[in-house]
Amino acid sequence: MTDREKKELQLAAVRVREGILTATHGAKCGHPGGSLSAADVFTYLYFKEMRIDPKNPRWADRDRFVLSKGHTAPGLYSALANRGFFPVEDLPTLRHLGSYLQGHPNMSTVPGVDMSTGSLGQGLSAAAGMAKGAKVLGKDVNVYALCGDGEIAEGQIWEATMFSAHYKLDNLCIIVDVNGLQIDGPTAQVMNSAPLDEKFAAFGCDVVWADGNDFDALEAAFGCFHANHGSGKPTAILLKTLKGKGVSYMEGQVGWHGKAPNDEEYAQGMAELAAARAALEV
Amino acid sequence: MADVKKIATRESYGNALKELGAEHEDLVVLDADLANATKTNTFQKAFPDRHFDCGIAEANMMDVAAGLSTMGLVPFASTFAMFAAGRAFEQVRNTIGYPHLNVKIGATHGGITVGEDGASHQCCEDFALMRVIPGMTVLCPADDVEARQMVRAAYEMQGPVYMRFGRAATPVFHDESYKFVIGKGEVVAEGSDVAVIATGVTVSGAMEAAELLAAEGISVRVVNMASIKPLDEALVIESAKECGRIVTVEEHEIFGGLGEAVCGVLSEKLPTPVKRLGLHDVFGHSGTAGELLAEFGLDGAGIAAGIREFLGK
Repeated sequence: MTDREKKELQLAAVRVREGILTATHGAKCGHPGGSLSAADVFTYLYFKEMRIDPKNPRWADRDRFVLSKGHTAPGLYSALANRGFFPVEDLPTLRHLGSYLQGHPNMSTVPGVDMSTGSLGQGLSAAAGMAKGAKVLGKDVNVYALCGDGEIAEGQIWEATMFSAHYKLDNLCIIVDVNGLQIDGPTAQVMNSAPLDEKFAAFGCDVVWADGNDFDALEAAFGCFHANHGSGKPTAILLKTLKGKGVSYMEGQVGWHGKAPNDEEYAQGMAELAAARAALEV
Repeated sequence: MADVKKIATRESYGNALKELGAEHEDLVVLDADLANATKTNTFQKAFPDRHFDCGIAEANMMDVAAGLSTMGLVPFASTFAMFAAGRAFEQVRNTIGYPHLNVKIGATHGGITVGEDGASHQCCEDFALMRVIPGMTVLCPADDVEARQMVRAAYEMQGPVYMRFGRAATPVFHDESYKFVIGKGEVVAEGSDVAVIATGVTVSGAMEAAELLAAEGISVRVVNMASIKPLDEALVIESAKECGRIVTVEEHEIFGGLGEAVCGVLSEKLPTPVKRLGLHDVFGHSGTAGELLAEFGLDGAGIAAGIREFLGK
């Protein structure tokens, strides 16, 4: 990508992060840590990678995205809002009574959400079903599923991966946000999932590691996915990320998995993001 | 009823899928390594490209079906009732039920007539598990004719449907002119002293019981309630009004199934004495289907005995 394109993505990612803070601050709860670690891949997917139309969210031939780690809905909602699926001004209604922005992604109420998720381990199977459906119907549709590195302790993830390789779903991109932290502590201590690359490879995927907070690396990783079309193998992109990325006091802190910033913390976070924007706009 | 033709409703399921599959290209079938038992192999032979074996992974199968449905396909996800409603309950609840997706679940081997496999495979909890999911339609056919029509009705409606089919061959008492309608029950024998509301294989047993009791001067109405949810409330209330007493019969725990659905309607709208026949807080065990129906009082003689006791005769 050009420098200009990269800068636009970086600026979009700042807006997505602002939306994450605004939404969780407005909700007084929610999951900022894993939303921020994935903010760059949300941005890359919705601003560069996927064939979508914000004006026609149910376009039959669109690419699909399934947020298997559904608790990071603030990240998905912020990306969708900033991409024009619905007003950014609605983000603070997250989790409020009467809001269409339910605590976990709800395909029935939120424009642009392709699958209702939240119960971990299930989204990847649904994504595999979409990819299989696209093959059955002869549609050139890519399906992207974002999983958490804690989530992959769910056995169903491996059922879905086995299914995807068996049915040669090379139109399925399995993305794992490897931020290394889950609710109860470091993933390596709670339930060690390493070596992730060997596991996905053994289950029949083409595996690529990438820095999930770097747009050049993301472009290269998704390039591998496109190169795999026709190979008959699903792609697993393992993203090394920093939980809480972009908000200094949240970075690498397990405590920010599922806690909203208070007024003071919100102000500080927004100031940091404003500074990041200013640095980019120089 | 000795000379009556008998067909297992799982056979009907496979045959109906094949017939519908020829009419509708968007119909796809999923199975979890049980295609020979669920009889989806009948469809598989005709349409191999639209039959997806998911291996022994029912949780994944249900959510794959959810994903397929969002692409505009109409998936029939098939396995034993124990694994469809039991193992994959939360997948059905969260990824099919919550978004109200157009997934049809064909659950075979429901109830104790699974027989020799024993309690681990005799699902007597599925009506309860599926009824409580908002928006889920729950159906259980009494014979081959009804089962085949049920599959068609499920295809034709939008939204999730759970259908329970049986392993054991059961008498075919409907003729081809019968028309099954979701939400409607059917009076299969007229009577006035008591109304038996039954579902699935126990409808034949209830008809047999009505014949036995007629000889004793007891007039028994028999209602086939294949639509467990939505329940035919009008027919339940009408039967209660006209007969005064209700007996429910099902191959299911007495908790949460047809019996409690009927009690729920009557306690709110027309309090009426009800006796529930089913499994009373026990698991089944190995035996032939016939032996088990007799043991749990769900064959003709057992249902007749239950009615006599209820009426104090």
